[in-house]
Amino acid sequence: MVKGREGERVRLYVRGTILGYKRSKANQYPNTSLIQIEGVNTKEEVAWYAGKRLAYIYKAKVKKDGSHYRCIWGKVSRPHGNSGVIRAKFTSNLPPKSMGDRVRVFMYPSNI
Amino acid sequence: MAPRKTPVVSRNPQLIRGVGKYSRSKMYHKRGLWAIKAKNGGVFPKHDPKPKAAATPVKPSKFYPADDIKMPLPNKRKAKPTKLRASITPGTVLILLAGRFMGKRVVFLKQLTSGLLLVTGPFKVNGVPLRRVNQAYVIGTSTKVDISGTNVDKFDDKYFAKAAEKKNKKGEGEFFEADKEEKSELPQDKKDDQKAVDAALLKSIEAVPDLKSYLAARFSLKAGMKPHELVF
Repeated sequence: MVKGREGERVRLYVRGTILGYKRSKANQYPNTSLIQIEGVNTKEEVAWYAGKRLAYIYKAKVKKDGSHYRCIWGKVSRPHGNSGVIRAKFTSNLPPKSMGDRVRVFMYPSNI
Repeated sequence: MAPRKTPVVSRNPQLIRGVGKYSRSKMYHKRGLWAIKAKNGGVFPKHDPKPKAAATPVKPSKFYPADDIKMPLPNKRKAKPTKLRASITPGTVLILLAGRFMGKRVVFLKQLTSGLLLVTGPFKVNGVPLRRVNQAYVIGTSTKVDISGTNVDKFDDKYFAKAAEKKNKKGEGEFFEADKEEKSELPQDKKDDQKAVDAALLKSIEAVPDLKSYLAARFSLKAGMKPHELVF
């Protein structure tokens, strides 16, 4: 890891949960995932998060680029429904094992 | 022809496209052609054509392409630096959101021509040197620092360009030794620039109570903090 960040851990992302894929009763569309962001409960609040970058971080047995950790990047695309759930698209579709897992919602690209 | 020093401006405003406000006779009067003629004795002044330079003999081309190729239209667009957000003015304290210094609060100095923002820690306060950062990875706070004492004119994008690497000739035995000497020291004049900018900044920072410890502390989201409700 980069030496400049040793010691103090700062959290500059909001926690989110992966709920599953965009779906209807009997069909699912894995290119879009649904994410529940902590503390966001209405679709008006989601407007702040539109376009923010997401990272799904997972571990693997084989070391890649010197690390066991791997990441799939994505973006918040739009609200889903009225209660603060968002739709997100990732560079590659999220694996099904990610349902229920943590996702990081960063505060960039920032607009404030 | 020598290039015009003043741009050509029409004295005949358009009512709609293709229809001017003034008639030919009115325009003759407006342009002052009558005054030019009066100055020149009733006749419009004529200049003899300048002697043409002897035309160099054009050799007939030896190569004619088989098919007519379409040339793409020339692209004359010029890129402007990114529009600076209203919340970011020189002297604003910014929070860096990503990179080696994420969470650090830094002072914004100016926007460079590439659109990137020039910031400094100051280095003594939080370890952030003179650095460029992209506007999208920054939150502008409402805290302002007085930077009237600093002179940032000498910093531009070229100042931050990587130093041209010396070409290493391929030598079999020298390969392993050459890698060890790669580590480059920061040149002394860059350290002096940092000190010069920070000296004036530190005075204005210490004038405000608690600002120095504020800049030294890092920003972090804590439990229950919702960024969409925070006021920065």
